[in-house]
Amino acid sequence: MDILSNLALGFSIALSPWTLMLAFVGCFVGTIIGALPGLGPSNGVALLIPISFSMGLDAISALVLLTSVYYGAMYGGRISSILLNIPGDEPAMMTTLDGYPMAKQGRAGDALVISGVASFYGALLATIGLMLLAPLLSRVAFEFGPAEYFALYMLAFCTLGGVGSNNQAKAALAAALGLGIAMIGLDQTTGMPRFTFGELHLMDGIDFLVAIVGLFAVSEVFHFIESHGKDSAIGVKLGRITIPWRDLGRTHGAMARGTGIGFLAGILPGAGASLGSFLAYMAEKSVSRNRANFGKGAPEGVAAPEAGNNAAAGGALVPMLTLGVPGSGTTAVLLALLLTLNITPGPLLFTEKPDVVWSLIAALLIANVMLLIMNVPMVKVFVRILSVPSWVLLPGVTMVAFVGIYSLTGSSFDMLLMVAFGVLGWICRKLGIPTVPIILGILLGNAMEDNLRRAMVLSNGDWTYLFSSGISIGLWTAAVLGFVAPMFLRRFLKKPPIPATESYDRD
Amino acid sequence: MAADRIFGAVMIVLALGYVLSAMNIQTSFISDPVGPRVFPYMVAAVVIVCSLVMVLKPDPDADWPAPLMLLKIGAALAVLIGYALTIRAMGFIIPTVIASAVLSYMISPRAVPAALAGLGLGVGLYVLFKVVLGLGLVALPRGWF
Repeated sequence: MDILSNLALGFSIALSPWTLMLAFVGCFVGTIIGALPGLGPSNGVALLIPISFSMGLDAISALVLLTSVYYGAMYGGRISSILLNIPGDEPAMMTTLDGYPMAKQGRAGDALVISGVASFYGALLATIGLMLLAPLLSRVAFEFGPAEYFALYMLAFCTLGGVGSNNQAKAALAAALGLGIAMIGLDQTTGMPRFTFGELHLMDGIDFLVAIVGLFAVSEVFHFIESHGKDSAIGVKLGRITIPWRDLGRTHGAMARGTGIGFLAGILPGAGASLGSFLAYMAEKSVSRNRANFGKGAPEGVAAPEAGNNAAAGGALVPMLTLGVPGSGTTAVLLALLLTLNITPGPLLFTEKPDVVWSLIAALLIANVMLLIMNVPMVKVFVRILSVPSWVLLPGVTMVAFVGIYSLTGSSFDMLLMVAFGVLGWICRKLGIPTVPIILGILLGNAMEDNLRRAMVLSNGDWTYLFSSGISIGLWTAAVLGFVAPMFLRRFLKKPPIPATESYDRD
Repeated sequence: MAADRIFGAVMIVLALGYVLSAMNIQTSFISDPVGPRVFPYMVAAVVIVCSLVMVLKPDPDADWPAPLMLLKIGAALAVLIGYALTIRAMGFIIPTVIASAVLSYMISPRAVPAALAGLGLGVGLYVLFKVVLGLGLVALPRGWF
């Protein structure tokens, strides 16, 4: 078996004490990041990339550390969903629907255990799915030429815009904004400066890490100052944690279905974990025998979305690693990490750097076991950390963002640029313009243009070449469908409202 | 309503400026059939079309902060800009203490906890980043020793 020998290679690297330590730290920090409202997997990982890079970690160590943070944040998001009725991150939103009612009935401990086990279940199966599927997909990806890659990028932008936002025009605007920003700097083909306005700092283009930390982390500062108090709810007391074996047995089916749906949603470019948990919850609600209790504290309603979002997190790694096209905000951040480490994801990654891929997969398996232990018996530690007041937390997060960019680039110009992106992110959030397409545009812009121009070189300037192969026609069709279909589907798929909380000092 | 319209209009102006700037991109003698200008034109076209949609069919307005809150956010912005400009010359600890204390005070207006949070974060983060993680930070302004 190819996979087993590859996996053995991966474990031989990942089982060193140093890597295990990094995985442990990553899981711990990740769970905290996930649990803290306002910090999710994408801005958590974004904050840590510049720091781990400045620490001089090698590629494998940095990958292990940050993917552990990624998985950890996916686990941690549920803690504040259940205890505070505030989703710790966006994918954990659906967990509030039944998790918080369960907690109000005095079953907070049960809800945490069930969701923890569901997270483990979803993430573990998705990692195995990644292991089986990624090598297959990377073989298909060898067939891709520049025209196909161009179509693939279009697909990613279209589905991201179509599925992830309520207004197609705003999503497309965001993507174009990102692509436009990516054009700044020296043109790769001709070596001519573009949009630099004679500013030396802009010659190398805008560092995508500066944009990511600004859009994802600094914008949170402005949002928080504006909304402070509104988001603080009265927490639910957590009693002794016991394992509710009966509920675990009963929710087994919900976890399995949630995992399947979430994994598929994760693989789709542009969809990601939020959609995974949403679909998993809605599907479970329509098939479950216990459906009358959904929204009132049904254990299935906690298990399905948690399995779904963790499975989607694993699924999202498939297109990211094999094609270099991220499926969500967080995988976009992970793509930024790979590019910073000089690793180009794509089919060649599997043949040229099997040690990187397989040690990453092994690390994910190890991280999962660690996370199960941290999130079930040790969950109280994280509950305590949740009580860090926001007036300490938020300045802390801001300073970490600055330190990261400062130690990475050492320039005030980049820090000011980061603040500017923070303001842009805040305005976008106000106007309902999604920021993930901006990031994706900045990340993929140069590759997208490059592939377009190479395709035109191959075809001698004939634009019909873009639609000349079966694969590219399929991708274009999917792109158009992914952009247009949600306009009609949106009427049928309404998000259920979050249960009401008693909160104090509304202003 | 108004916010979408304003944003759309600003974006159209920016996109037109972008096109203008793209027209001045030099092409070298070795080039490809597409050249360095076409893709920026395409991007600008998408921006203009989407912005027109925003201007003509705006979404209902988000609730914008009251003038006082806007002032507060402006102040936070000023703190961040000031921080970005001083951290190089002043070393890490002093600007961090000040900036985090001010931000903390904005979230929860109590002077003593805010000052303590600033001090704790300034010193604590320095120890974490410099001593534990080994990043190259300078604690205090050069020449103080």
